[in-house]
Amino acid sequence: MNIELRDPNIIMKLSRLGSFHQSKLSFLRSFLKEFKDWDYNRDLFDLDDNGFGVAVYSFKKKERVYSLICFANKINDDERSDRVIATKWDAAFTLHDGVPSKQDIERLKNEVPKQEIGRLSYKELTLSRANKSVRVFNHVIESLSNGTQPNLNLLDRVGYLYRTTAVYGSGKFGLADRFRIKNRDEINGPFRLEMMLVYLVRQFTFDQVNHVAKYRNPKKAVKLDPKICKNLGIGNSTGLGMAPFIVNHPTLLNNWILCRETALKKIREIKKVETQDSDLFKNCVRNSIKNITSWNTESDFQLRKIKSLLEDVRKFLDFIDNKFNFEIDYPFNEIYFWLEKETCEECIEYIVSIMMEPYGKIIEPLVKEMSSDEEKYFNIPTNRTVEELRTIIKKKYPNVLTINFDKKENYKKFWFISKNKEEPRLADRFKEQGADLEQPLAIARDVKKLYDKLLESKNSLTIDKFLIENSDLRHVVRRAFIIEKFPYSEIQDNTISENIIPIDMLRLKLSFFGALKFDPRSDKWLRINMFQGAPLPNELKDYDEQWVYKSHS
Amino acid sequence: MKSLSEIETTSKRASRAVGFSWGIAEEVGKCIRLLELFGFPGIKNLNQYYQNKNKENFENLKLINQNNKSNKSAFCPIILGVSFLDQIKTLEPLKKCTFQGIAYPLLLLPFLSRSSEIIGKKILFKFDENEFLLNFNVNIYSNFLKKEFPLIAKNVEVIFLENKDTFNDIEWKNLYKLSEDTFVEESDSLKQGAAGAGLTDND
Repeated sequence: MNIELRDPNIIMKLSRLGSFHQSKLSFLRSFLKEFKDWDYNRDLFDLDDNGFGVAVYSFKKKERVYSLICFANKINDDERSDRVIATKWDAAFTLHDGVPSKQDIERLKNEVPKQEIGRLSYKELTLSRANKSVRVFNHVIESLSNGTQPNLNLLDRVGYLYRTTAVYGSGKFGLADRFRIKNRDEINGPFRLEMMLVYLVRQFTFDQVNHVAKYRNPKKAVKLDPKICKNLGIGNSTGLGMAPFIVNHPTLLNNWILCRETALKKIREIKKVETQDSDLFKNCVRNSIKNITSWNTESDFQLRKIKSLLEDVRKFLDFIDNKFNFEIDYPFNEIYFWLEKETCEECIEYIVSIMMEPYGKIIEPLVKEMSSDEEKYFNIPTNRTVEELRTIIKKKYPNVLTINFDKKENYKKFWFISKNKEEPRLADRFKEQGADLEQPLAIARDVKKLYDKLLESKNSLTIDKFLIENSDLRHVVRRAFIIEKFPYSEIQDNTISENIIPIDMLRLKLSFFGALKFDPRSDKWLRINMFQGAPLPNELKDYDEQWVYKSHS
Repeated sequence: MKSLSEIETTSKRASRAVGFSWGIAEEVGKCIRLLELFGFPGIKNLNQYYQNKNKENFENLKLINQNNKSNKSAFCPIILGVSFLDQIKTLEPLKKCTFQGIAYPLLLLPFLSRSSEIIGKKILFKFDENEFLLNFNVNIYSNFLKKEFPLIAKNVEVIFLENKDTFNDIEWKNLYKLSEDTFVEESDSLKQGAAGAGLTDND
């Protein structure tokens, strides 16, 4: 049976993209799989009694070494802010390519804690910073130094000791450009080194609390129980900085979504499902309930989504336990139809993610397809005609063409780059200044404009001639020729409407990172947890691949 | 040292800031990245050009012909570059184009380099005594060793080079003969067992 890939005009709507969940394709999970047989080491741990100083962790295989250099600093409580505009952090980190020399560490000691105003070199690959979750961090040290394990209820509510904000890579602030390292097999997957940084930072946070507790009370202190460590991840606060990324990297976005859609298609095409595979699937759905019930947020928007997700997942469990027979032909296809008919978008995408769990053989080759050589598709095929371009737009952007951009509510917002912090922001064009400096992220509006222009142009006119008078539409002409080849390269929605929920864009990206427990703090930023439940570095050689569904909290 | 990613982003934003459309600004970002990657002073020239752009009122050549002469001031290398890139398939059959007066000619180089890749032919860019050979956007070969690039190239030729060997038949044959020394003479029994042996191919 041949199942069609799902329609991009449905899947690429913001509400659907904002319902995506982590899966076996997610980058933090593929990172763990790739690096499971590398040698992990803590090479340096030079912290004072209060936990301030330098530490170095590494992954090594044959001649290749990646080293995380951590700088833990003292800051006052009133200086602690997760916002990207902060200038001081509890700890700052960089992933160094190779073994850092003493001179490298000295150089980086002056630069890494400064973050955006520091300068890195081509020898550094990623950069980040993190703040303590002060109430959890202090409580853990207090408990450990008194010889007891911390209160699990508190840990469950927060889920981490430290929260990162931005994680930078690919040439930012002087870091190595992607082209320098892109041919390395072990990083043939997006954001793999960013994931490595976050994973090693997580271990640093455990080592730091153990160290401080021991110095506070050498005779009585105990170490944080590894089982508790395992159920702690690394928090992350994420704002609008992430949103333009998915618009600015269309072929990369396509490859992420296409891999997910291909995985679903192949799973729906399985005629007979082995009992062990259906059991694994059912167990994951069942175990995942804990991930939903322990999902804490104060956001009404997210609480409503969680409530309907929980109801629908329970309904689904009842369905597969009592009304469904996995021995029928194409059972996952039948399940998919049932989900579409009976459940909300959030639940459909949640179960789609879990369907991948038994099928490593389908997923693993797809993981290697998730990067993109974007340069290859940058040139506009200017020998094509107006008629061809018009046909592409009609076929690929049918919903976008129905939006009426004469109505104020459909173009109320605009995206701009903040002068203060060089970060993307969203504002009301009728209330704020700066709409004349709008970023090219209103793709739906500009595609519609392009289409209207094409309607007035001669069919046989070639694109090189069309562009002579329409240079303002060049960026969307390029995109239209990209979507012709890459069906999932474009968000099929209006990114400047009055009703846009920008965190849908963030959630899409974060789900591919492998984040859990999205906690929107407004419609423009959210907190998440990464690596909660993941194996510790000393467990990597033999770990349970379904760890995501087995965390305690 | 600035990364190529920073170079591309800043060039793109600066290009938008001086008035180019976002689509053209994207092209400039890619081109300055290329120049710097090839070791040419792209940032320096772009910076100088944008400082003078408003004062000089350079001419926009949007439709390129075989021979192109600017009227008052020199051609803007960005608009010329984008037009060249867009129209490359109609320009290639002309074999050669000439331009009188191009401002900041270095900035045109990456557009020609990308054009060379599109048509799969080397392009020779000549002005005064200076020559630049653009090799399929893989590298740029030049006899230009001065540090400062001229602000204006007065008489410019862009020549599309046919794909042909850089060596003669004798040189090739000599080398091929030498390469044959890595081959092994087959015995009769091996020949009989080789693919297709003993069959007629009339089926």
